[in-house]
Amino acid sequence: MIHTKRLATPYIVWMVLFTVVPLGIVFYYAFTDSITGQFTLENIIRIQSYMPIFIKSIWLALISTLVCLIIGYPVAYYIAQCPPSRQRLLYLLVMLPMCISFLLRTMAWVSLLDDTGIINRLIQAMGMKPLPLIRNNGAVILGMVYNYLPYMILPLYSVILKIDSRLIEAAQDLGCNSPQVFTKVIFPLSMPGVISGFTMVFVPAVSTFYISQKLGSSGTTLIGDVIESQFKAAYNPNLGAALSLILMVLVFICIGITRRVSGTEEVAMP
Amino acid sequence: MSKELIRLIDCSMAFDDEIVLDSINLSIKNEEFLTLLGPSGCGKTTTLRIIGGFLQATSGDVLFDGERINDVPPYQRKVNTVFQRYALFPHLDVYENVAFGLRLAKLPEQEIDERVTEMLEIVSLKGFENRSISQLSGGQQQRVAIARALVNRPKVLLLDEPLGALDLRLRKDMQQELKRIQQTLGITFVYVTHDQEEALSMSDTVVVMDRGRIQQIGTPEDIYNEPENAFVADFIGESNILDGVMLEDYVVKFFGRKFRCLDAGFEPNEPVDVVVRPEDVEIVTPEKGQLTGTVTSVTFMGVHYDTIVDFHGFKWLIQTTEHHDVDEVIGIRLGPDDIHIMHRSEYSGMFGDYSSYSEEYDEMNDPDLYPEDLSEDSSESEEGAAEEGSET
Amino acid sequence: MRTFQRTFTYLVLLFLYIPMVVLAVASFNAGTDPAVWKGFTLHNYSELFADGVLLPMLLNSVIIAVLSSLIATVLGTAASIGMHDMKPRLRSMYMTVTNIPMTNPDIVTGVSLALLFAFAGTLLKMKSVLGFVTLLIAHITFSLPYIIMSVLPKLSQMDPDLQEAAMDLGCTPRQAFFKVVLHEIMPGVISGALMAFTMSLDDFVISYFVYGPKFVTLPVEIYNYTKKPLQPKIYALFTLLFMVILLVMIVMTMLEARDEKQQTQRRIAFRGGRNRKEVRG
Repeated sequence: MIHTKRLATPYIVWMVLFTVVPLGIVFYYAFTDSITGQFTLENIIRIQSYMPIFIKSIWLALISTLVCLIIGYPVAYYIAQCPPSRQRLLYLLVMLPMCISFLLRTMAWVSLLDDTGIINRLIQAMGMKPLPLIRNNGAVILGMVYNYLPYMILPLYSVILKIDSRLIEAAQDLGCNSPQVFTKVIFPLSMPGVISGFTMVFVPAVSTFYISQKLGSSGTTLIGDVIESQFKAAYNPNLGAALSLILMVLVFICIGITRRVSGTEEVAMP
Repeated sequence: MSKELIRLIDCSMAFDDEIVLDSINLSIKNEEFLTLLGPSGCGKTTTLRIIGGFLQATSGDVLFDGERINDVPPYQRKVNTVFQRYALFPHLDVYENVAFGLRLAKLPEQEIDERVTEMLEIVSLKGFENRSISQLSGGQQQRVAIARALVNRPKVLLLDEPLGALDLRLRKDMQQELKRIQQTLGITFVYVTHDQEEALSMSDTVVVMDRGRIQQIGTPEDIYNEPENAFVADFIGESNILDGVMLEDYVVKFFGRKFRCLDAGFEPNEPVDVVVRPEDVEIVTPEKGQLTGTVTSVTFMGVHYDTIVDFHGFKWLIQTTEHHDVDEVIGIRLGPDDIHIMHRSEYSGMFGDYSSYSEEYDEMNDPDLYPEDLSEDSSESEEGAAEEGSET
Repeated sequence: MRTFQRTFTYLVLLFLYIPMVVLAVASFNAGTDPAVWKGFTLHNYSELFADGVLLPMLLNSVIIAVLSSLIATVLGTAASIGMHDMKPRLRSMYMTVTNIPMTNPDIVTGVSLALLFAFAGTLLKMKSVLGFVTLLIAHITFSLPYIIMSVLPKLSQMDPDLQEAAMDLGCTPRQAFFKVVLHEIMPGVISGALMAFTMSLDDFVISYFVYGPKFVTLPVEIYNYTKKPLQPKIYALFTLLFMVILLVMIVMTMLEARDEKQQTQRRIAFRGGRNRKEVRG
């Protein structure tokens, strides 16, 4: 009766123009030569030499995501159990650090972890030898966990909050003890939040290029760094496009696997 | 009262090949209280929404005061609706909800104020002007919804199961309240419900619907006393529906016996459905009875006993004020005016056997819950019914 | 168990705030190395206000954030209404497109837009089209899905009869939207707009690929800064920003809490009133 469908037309035109078409161009660049503009598989073949970097990126991002889940779940659970006013305060406290540019927060970690940084100066003041805290895998993981932890906590919190407390009582009534209530009821019900948090942490972590530059070393160059340098330094957009394409496909596969494994299509929004 | 206000001509409605309304013809008179009655999915709400302008019939015409209004959008129709879940605007208070339509019509502030105040008085909500909607009880919200529609002085008020969300007590009160409002203001009401009692007690005209078709139109008395087919007989009140044969005018044969009745105009030896209302059956001693049967169950209902009696395997519901013991053999007598004859229809044999009688037999009124196979069995013959009976 | 959870939560919060403290302390440090305390000074702050670069960049960021979130909110809200009325099949197609920028890594979105703009540049025979417009387009693009995601659920939660009730009472479809539907979905629209605004203000990765030298946002400028030895006035800027955000958040929370309290009180008063009435009756 009332035709509102066309209200979505400007939107879909915009999205096609600025997400679908650009991805098409990425595809086009990935399969053309940078000088002649001819079709080539050269770029895709060259990616083989970047395989170790891909694997390293995925590996570090996976570890970071799991650490975020392990740290984030109890926090989200605790917040969801608090009285409403306390919930709001804690929610804000988790959100607030995200308002400050992650570049600066990462820089702050550099001054904390540096060989001559705050922590090492404290250690030396106590008469011990300085520790190698920066420019290694651990520092990169720390940076990722630090930056993306809120993205894990917030969706988990909003899903746990919605779990009907009567279900927990029903489980107890049917004989579950506290750990069983958690493993059999709460955790399965919070799965959409886990998936959503997983995606929201894993995707930026696997493609980051700043954290690894600042907290890592040449040994922790990640795929994001390589792509960035293809556009900003080496200027080989064709290779960069090919790398982006592979990264995109890998991310889709990873998300697909996660959803398949958890058996849910439902994803929570924070 | 007699002037026609709305007419539906051959209105059909289909959603994706599913036919929801099948050639509805309906005339609604001015100042009439007309009820569309039927089980869920019968097309009553669709009919209401076509009148309201929220749906356009796939085919057919809607006339209002003689003018075709198929293409008139809802906001230009002189019709207002009370929605099932009220649909009150949560961001406005009671006063502003009621004033909503008047403000859109750009009436002067003074008139708006007078009419809103008057209407709130009519629905007994004086003093609630500045309450927010969330602070009202269900019954109060219901009244606001009615006031919001009526304040616009519509020619017709459409009500879509307006009392469905209220508890029984409140529903009874609101039924009387609605009838009073309708009579005071002299507005045509088109009322949708699945509650037959509600329909009978409030309406001037009842339209019984099922499967997208009108089954019967008539006064509540007509609908109850002279149902046109087995569906109507079963849906309105309780009925024992039996297979019979019309031997000649005023004589019908069932259970192997001839009975006198008041119906005429059937073909000689035409197979018919015979309706006997449970409260019309007179229980006598077996010797005096035209038929004899065995009591199989007795339930005390307050005013009367629901007594189930087995006649050759076919179970009747009989409502009596006296108590009869289970297994007692009784006789019954039926006078000519206790028997009502109907033509056979697609519904023949689907209703009216109380073999599967239970404490919650009310549910059997809902054809959706009526097991298909059982209804087919009992339609075949008495023997089929007898088998059913022996199982219980 | 509960005590453990509480302690753990506060430890995690501490972890989240350590770098903030470092930044704040460094902003008052007379030396340039945050690790070495050279004495208290406000010099960094006076330097910040004398600086002709950082504050205009902040303004640029705010302009882009305001414009992009406004445009995205209007476009996205309209789209949500359209999508809400669609048949499921078509809607899921639209949702797939909506999901692309949400699941794609930012760097891929940035790269793809950079290539698009380079392509547009060759079409327009310009050396580079990168600048204000490309930044705005990019920010609207990555904000749109968040608007859809927060408005669509509000639409499906809304009682569908409300719109019909408004039209029944004389609203044209347009009036029904502005008088009724918009009120109902407002919380979703606002939270979507806020999300878009903060994401735009904070975005570095995508902006980094589509900005031009004529129009630089703050995060991009900071990236260029952090390549060189850090200037402590950046710490001062962020300490100030952090304080402003903190203040806004505190005020908002207090307002919300007060609202809620009033509502509960009203509810109690109402219940009391009803009880009295019942006693009288």
